[in-house]
Amino acid sequence: MNRINKKLVEGKKLLSIYFTAGYPKLGDTVKIIEDLEKNGVDLIEIGLPFSDPLADGPTIQESSTIALENGMHTELLFKQLKDIRKSVSIPLIIMGYFNPVFQYGVEAFCKRCQEIGIDGLILPDLPLDVYQNEYEHIFKKYGLINVFLITPQTSDDRIEQIDSASYGFIYMVSSASTTGAKEGFGEEQKNYFERIASLKLANPQIVGFGISNAETFNQATQSSKGAIIGSAFIKHLAKNGVDSISGFIKNIR
Amino acid sequence: MTYNADERGYYGEFGGAFIPEMLYPNTEELRQNYIRIMEEPSFRKEFDQLLKDYVGRPTPLYFAERLSKKYNTKIYLKREDLCHTGAHKVNNTIGQILMAKKLGKNRIIAETGAGQHGVATATVCALMGIECVVYMGEIDIARQAPNVARMKMLGAEVRPALSGSRTLKDATNEAIRDWINNPVDTYYIIGSVVGPHPYPDMVARFQSIISEEIKWQLKEKEGRENPDYVVACVGGGSNAAGAYYHFLDNPNVGIVAVEAAGKGIDSGESAATSVLGKVGIIHGSKTLLMQTQDGQITEPYSISAGLDYPGVGPMHAHLFKSGRGEFISITDDEAMKAGLMISKLEGIIPAIESSHAFAILEHKVFNPEDIVVINLSGRGDKDLNTYINYFKL
Ligand SMILES: Cc1ncc(COP(=O)(O)O)c(C=O)c1O
Repeated sequence: MNRINKKLVEGKKLLSIYFTAGYPKLGDTVKIIEDLEKNGVDLIEIGLPFSDPLADGPTIQESSTIALENGMHTELLFKQLKDIRKSVSIPLIIMGYFNPVFQYGVEAFCKRCQEIGIDGLILPDLPLDVYQNEYEHIFKKYGLINVFLITPQTSDDRIEQIDSASYGFIYMVSSASTTGAKEGFGEEQKNYFERIASLKLANPQIVGFGISNAETFNQATQSSKGAIIGSAFIKHLAKNGVDSISGFIKNIR
Repeated sequence: MTYNADERGYYGEFGGAFIPEMLYPNTEELRQNYIRIMEEPSFRKEFDQLLKDYVGRPTPLYFAERLSKKYNTKIYLKREDLCHTGAHKVNNTIGQILMAKKLGKNRIIAETGAGQHGVATATVCALMGIECVVYMGEIDIARQAPNVARMKMLGAEVRPALSGSRTLKDATNEAIRDWINNPVDTYYIIGSVVGPHPYPDMVARFQSIISEEIKWQLKEKEGRENPDYVVACVGGGSNAAGAYYHFLDNPNVGIVAVEAAGKGIDSGESAATSVLGKVGIIHGSKTLLMQTQDGQITEPYSISAGLDYPGVGPMHAHLFKSGRGEFISITDDEAMKAGLMISKLEGIIPAIESSHAFAILEHKVFNPEDIVVINLSGRGDKDLNTYINYFKL
């Protein structure tokens, strides 16, 4: 059983953290992952930086630009993660854009992920139909869970399609926005969270975008399985560096 | 083989819609409706009327006698430079603003590099009284001050793109991000045959008026509808798509695509995507693009801001890959010389983008009886400063 599926059946709300590999310093990747696990984080999304991150707001864009300037690239990330399973046991997901994966070769990329012990991928610009027609069999061959996004604008029909193509969790984008654009939740989110809960989907949902502290974490996880923090964590790293990760996590829960 | 998009927006292996789920409802709404709306008689009527009375169509097909003599062949110029706002770009923005209205949208966003598409968008938004936000790279804003002023006069808000390399590709990213953040009321007017399906096909259809006119104009002048060659410059590829459109399936018409080699193919400062690009994903489309080995998109260079794009539309990637189109790259120097030559020989100062198309006359030899149509995509007013600095005028 994939580590993600195991984690999802634990009887608690899950805290997932996103960070951009190669940021703030090129060599920070392993330390960040180890510290996050030590501090009780349930799941980690390792961002593979891209020059043109369409779905991201300024904070993650900036971290990606710096990571690339620092010299991060696909092969280097794999090298840094080579022995990660000797020290870390929580699920690890690589999140990135499709072009770098496509250039590496989708099959070669998935194979390396399996060798390292990566459990899943989030590639926001790999659409459902292309995934199903061309790549699903490769992801499955290497034991990788592909995570799809839904948004408040996604129709019920489409959500059901996505649910039936999923075999891990659904990434529920909290509002119509790029990452880091809004903080906090209003009436629209409440209705959206309730609508999704009422659909009784086969896959649990983890909420992302707009979560930055204990309050938003609790709101987001009221009717979902967990929540993802990205931009707020990147901002924390920018200000405090990698030595104060425990402080950040303790403020969430 | 067909050279048009299939139902899923593919030209051979190129095209499609590689977009994050946040954009799915917007592009899906457009995909389901664009052909139906374009075929509605009321849409057709308004589009044709505006092209005629506002843009100034049909644009002339002009027999360039002195140029023909110099190169010992028969050269016609399709005068898109005479369109309102000075380039072919407005054919597309007229079409898309009508599309936005039909879809009930009340806010327009666009990206621009040199500012030509931004001006053409601001123009139609003024015409329709619709709010307009144009994203432009911070560096381009500094380089293209007159077009920034034009957009402001026309009532548009020009927002600087501060991310990445702060040029056209980043302005496009910012426009897409705006659309993600405003999915309901906003319509995105893309400026070329790029982006996710259905944009490349829709923009090509709006620009296809160029080849539609060439056909009947050539029939009038030469007694035949089809030239031997159609030549156009390719940035994203919209003027070229329009000029080729009705000739694509006729193998007797040669398709010549002209890309910007910048300071030379091997100089590291070039925008010749067909030579330097590899298959990948840019702005939601699978196409040829310039990128590092790792799949990071690189910054192109050309003296002509309108050709300074790291990709080409999927139609052109397919024309290249299939061999249907002949692709030629022209350096800054060759283009600038050709621009000066056309000015002196024909009394027409071309946009530097279009000057690239003329420069192929030094590379490719045509037969005396060949009929060659060169798409003169825009006029050179916007480029005067570049011409002045280059030739020390
Ligand atoms: C006069 C002119 N020609 C050509 C282009 C290139 O665009 P496309 O390749 O889409 O025609 C531009 C773009 O700004 C332009 O202004």
